[in-house]
Amino acid sequence: MKKPKNPAGLRFLCVLTAALVTTTAQAQSDLSSGAVFSTGPSFAQRDGRALYEAICQGCHMPDAKGAVGAGRYPALAGNANLAAARYPATVVVNGLRAMPAFGDQLDDQQIAEVVNYVRSHFGNDFKDLLDAGTVKSLRPK
Amino acid sequence: MSTPATPASMTRRELLTLIGSVAGSSASYTAMAGMGLTTPSNYTGPIKLEGDPKGASVLILGAGLAGMVAAYELRKVGYKVRVLEYNTRAGGRNWTLRGGDSYTELGGITQTCGFDKGLYINPGPWRIPHHHHGVLDYCRRFGVALEPYVQVNYNALVHSTKAFGGKPQRFREIQSDYQGQIAELLAKATQQHKLDELVTKEDQEMLLESLKDWGALDEHHAYAPGRESSERRGYEKLPGGGVSAVPVFSKNIIPFSPLLHSQLWGAIGAGQNFEMQTMLFQPVGGMDKIGDAFKRQVNDLIQYNAKVTRIQQAPGKVTVSYVDAVKGGAPRTATADWCLCTIPLSVLSQIEIDVGDDMQAAINAVPYAASTKVGLQFKRRFWEEDEHIYGGITYTDLPIRVIAYPNNGYHSAGKGVLLGGYMFGPNAYEFTSLPPAERVRRAVEYGAQIHPQYKTEFDNGIAVAWHRVPWTLGCLGVWTDERRAEHYQNLCQIDGRFLVAGEHASYIPGWQEGAVLSSLDAITRLHQRVVA
Repeated sequence: MKKPKNPAGLRFLCVLTAALVTTTAQAQSDLSSGAVFSTGPSFAQRDGRALYEAICQGCHMPDAKGAVGAGRYPALAGNANLAAARYPATVVVNGLRAMPAFGDQLDDQQIAEVVNYVRSHFGNDFKDLLDAGTVKSLRPK
Repeated sequence: MSTPATPASMTRRELLTLIGSVAGSSASYTAMAGMGLTTPSNYTGPIKLEGDPKGASVLILGAGLAGMVAAYELRKVGYKVRVLEYNTRAGGRNWTLRGGDSYTELGGITQTCGFDKGLYINPGPWRIPHHHHGVLDYCRRFGVALEPYVQVNYNALVHSTKAFGGKPQRFREIQSDYQGQIAELLAKATQQHKLDELVTKEDQEMLLESLKDWGALDEHHAYAPGRESSERRGYEKLPGGGVSAVPVFSKNIIPFSPLLHSQLWGAIGAGQNFEMQTMLFQPVGGMDKIGDAFKRQVNDLIQYNAKVTRIQQAPGKVTVSYVDAVKGGAPRTATADWCLCTIPLSVLSQIEIDVGDDMQAAINAVPYAASTKVGLQFKRRFWEEDEHIYGGITYTDLPIRVIAYPNNGYHSAGKGVLLGGYMFGPNAYEFTSLPPAERVRRAVEYGAQIHPQYKTEFDNGIAVAWHRVPWTLGCLGVWTDERRAEHYQNLCQIDGRFLVAGEHASYIPGWQEGAVLSSLDAITRLHQRVVA
């Protein structure tokens, strides 16, 4: 896995996290529940549900119904924009407006897994599966 | 290596005095900046807006620091100012949580802070570098009392789960042993003539002298148990008084190889970064003392609970639609000659707004970072009582990443509050995704690996995950060099009668200084346009 870029705009983050960073994605067993926290700059979770619960539900919420404040997080539940798997995959790889890109923190297989999970849960019932090769083709050249 | 250009008989300060006396103070300042004694800042003292705005009106969106700086300064020179704020409070990310405060995050979970009187956490900014001249000058002008913020504490800990059996190490010992053994290595290489091709004979002598000083080496240029190393890494038994006063030198220097592989050297450099270098400050009583001070100046201008839904431009005016943030209902409108918008781009990018394609693309280009802070109250200040850690920060590779000790109230009886976690990156997302009570529970569980006292002394906690904060949807705008090249200048233009300010429109993202300098720059350009 390639090392994430470290652009000047991320200087603030790097300073604060103070460099106790390894370059491979490893998991730290949580003490009581068996869930995992990542130890490096990439996410350690492998399957779609674990990835959703570690990342996506922070904003899109555990029920995938989104949330509304001064702005909003769109619902992923029953979301017609998920019809073509390449669209959510592109958003995960590249980000969209305020949503950060995850292309540097997730590998192709992880992105395929989480997209497939969202497209087959929360009232979504898309049968076709996204594969890692397709995700690879969506990455910036 | 070059010799100094200044004659040895004249100190740098004397030279400056001379320049100053001949050419006046501004010449002295310019010379000092050139010689590295001061650094030029975008902040050049209290803003001077000259010329009459002739009753022009400005509608400001957002009552964080950027918005309140603008409201305060623009009203002072004669603008008609009004501020719309989504929240029920002023300050924005300048924010402090104390006992009794309630906070409801996106998803609807409300936490009520259970801290004792006088105890708090700053979920957002918590330190002010000494070179953040804009923020500091407003503190001075508004009488906001400051106290030292401790970034580097040699008696705090650095911790890796993968090194030294997971046992936390003293910052002091890691720092001394790392530096000392590098100095010894370099001294050996010099003495064994391995640097002859790189360093002249005369420079080698001075290098050896400096390595001894820098690395606390003994007379044999060794970093070894003894007086020199103990003066850095501490003693096995401290020098005392009376009959039992004899000190015992420290013997347990950490061998170089495990020290290198521990990667704990990565945890000792934060305080050397420009933004973390001593001196740093914090307001006495909580970061929101700054927001409160601004609020006292401009509160009569602020309309709270106003959720902006549309920003329209027409010839000669801007009209902003907003709804009651709590009750909703029919939109109302506010109209002004100009609009200064400090709404975070995470929110602004979702609001329909009449601006050109370039500015819209810039508004849409900036993602917002995840970050989480966890405040933990304990029944006693065990870090001080048991471990003599007074302020500062412990760094760890555990998912909490940080334990920060309070930089005030030392030796207070009663309870104390730690920052029990401060994450960016994957751990910030993972903590955001947990319910607040789980974030607190896990911060306690992990922190107990560093301070076992957690298990018996924990009292209560509160956790703020910035992606769940309803009015920012994230911690700060994340720029890259590529994004800046394409969008930054477009974001900072005046588009018709609309312009933006905030940390997102600065080169100091995530710092209050960025919000202040961005606001001052925006109103300067706006005023020039108005009086032109």
